[in-house]
Amino acid sequence: MIQCTGIEKSYTDKKVLSGISFDIPDGQIFGLLGPSGAGKTTLIKILTGQLEFEEGSAMILQKNVRRLSGEDKKKIGIMMDQFGVYERLSCYDNLKVFADIYGTPKEKIMETLKLVGLEDSAKKPASALSKGMRVRLQLARVFMVSPEIIFLDEPTTGLDPMTMKQIHKIILDKKKHGCTIFLTTHNMEEAAKLCDTVALLNEGVIVDSGAPDEICRRFNHQKRIVLHLNTGEDMELPHSKESAEKISKLLEEERVETIHSSEPTLETVFLELTGRKLEEE
Amino acid sequence: MNNILIMIRKQMKDTFKNKAVLIQLILLPVVSFILERVIRPEGVPELMYTKMFAAMYMAMAPLTAMSAIIAEEKEKNTLRVLMMSNVKPGQYLTGIGAYVWIISMIGSVLFAVSFPAADMPFFFLVMGVGFLISIVIGAVIGITAKNQMSAGSVGAMAMIILSFIPMFAMFNEGIGAVARFLYTQQTRFLLDAMSFAEIKWDGAVILAANAILAVVMFFVAFRKKGLE
Repeated sequence: MIQCTGIEKSYTDKKVLSGISFDIPDGQIFGLLGPSGAGKTTLIKILTGQLEFEEGSAMILQKNVRRLSGEDKKKIGIMMDQFGVYERLSCYDNLKVFADIYGTPKEKIMETLKLVGLEDSAKKPASALSKGMRVRLQLARVFMVSPEIIFLDEPTTGLDPMTMKQIHKIILDKKKHGCTIFLTTHNMEEAAKLCDTVALLNEGVIVDSGAPDEICRRFNHQKRIVLHLNTGEDMELPHSKESAEKISKLLEEERVETIHSSEPTLETVFLELTGRKLEEE
Repeated sequence: MNNILIMIRKQMKDTFKNKAVLIQLILLPVVSFILERVIRPEGVPELMYTKMFAAMYMAMAPLTAMSAIIAEEKEKNTLRVLMMSNVKPGQYLTGIGAYVWIISMIGSVLFAVSFPAADMPFFFLVMGVGFLISIVIGAVIGITAKNQMSAGSVGAMAMIILSFIPMFAMFNEGIGAVARFLYTQQTRFLLDAMSFAEIKWDGAVILAANAILAVVMFFVAFRKKGLE
């Protein structure tokens, strides 16, 4: 449903996206992971027809993104971090503007507010909402149509764990209803929890992609056994015969306080591939 | 529902919750209404305050309202959301322009109550035309401004030129010679005459030239910056 082939994009002399290619099948959640400035938002803008690009092709709903019609746009929901809300209007009136534009029945406004847990704040002006509630209002605006594809640009950045969990629930619920979701994040836990497929983006280039588990398995050489010794010292050992013997010896000497296995994560994979942390700001 | 009507309705709802804009819209009409009835020094022509403030209002209210609305929507990125929701730039600008024209006309009713009923059609016609030119200039400022603050400063400058120069022209001939090329001065002349018969060809040409210049500036600004 979303296809990208060899996308290239530059701002003046600086290349911000290079050779971006992927396919996202219907009904999947695709996560684009990368640190700030990696090109995630630029790619969303390209895929939603907001931004021109120099080379390659991008297709959504089997159509070139450069030729999306008004009807096509009704099938695409976009929530971007920079998108604002009408501060002085109530939550209800904010959604009503878009319900009118899309020709959505009025009853759906309250239904949608309920879906995102804002039914009790329907009459509150948007300026009185907390950051989490504001994100939910933006999500509600996306759902004023019944989108087939949803683009979410860092939907949970800066939110508390409780609100984050609520947003994740809404996203998974939409997936259950058949939506294809394109999500950008620099939170690897979020990506591992929600996404069927992820692509790791660094400085405009996809450095790896696949299912989160599959990517981590490819980097199994990162697996470590971590020992915390009663001297307060931590010891990391690779999976090997020598390590087993060393651990056995330490156990016999009663020097081990805790022992656990450290698996590769998307964060450590990204670090190995790029030398950068995902959440560096 | 037509997107133009949706924009008008959205803006109407917003205005009633936006005290700053509300005050701006009713302040001058209310002040002139009061002054006209309370202060009447010897030798001051009848309805002088109303005509003077109406001409100032013509440049102030629609120009600042239009530029402020566009700049705010750009800065807060609600304009981008509208564009992504299939509202065309033309629909948006027409809707917001129509809204500003309507509320400005409502504001001018407060001036009109001071005039004899027979003068009202002429008064509304002159104000309506002047509002249109100010709205186009306001749109140019809103489109070109980077943010609300720069729209505010450029808008204030344009407002001072368009509304205060004609006022100072009453006391200084030199300023008067320059002011006659402004549509606000020409509309003030028309309000003083208050008669279709008094419309002079050179005044009409200046008004038309002002309108054409505003429209040309609008298209240049829109072509260059769009609604980004």
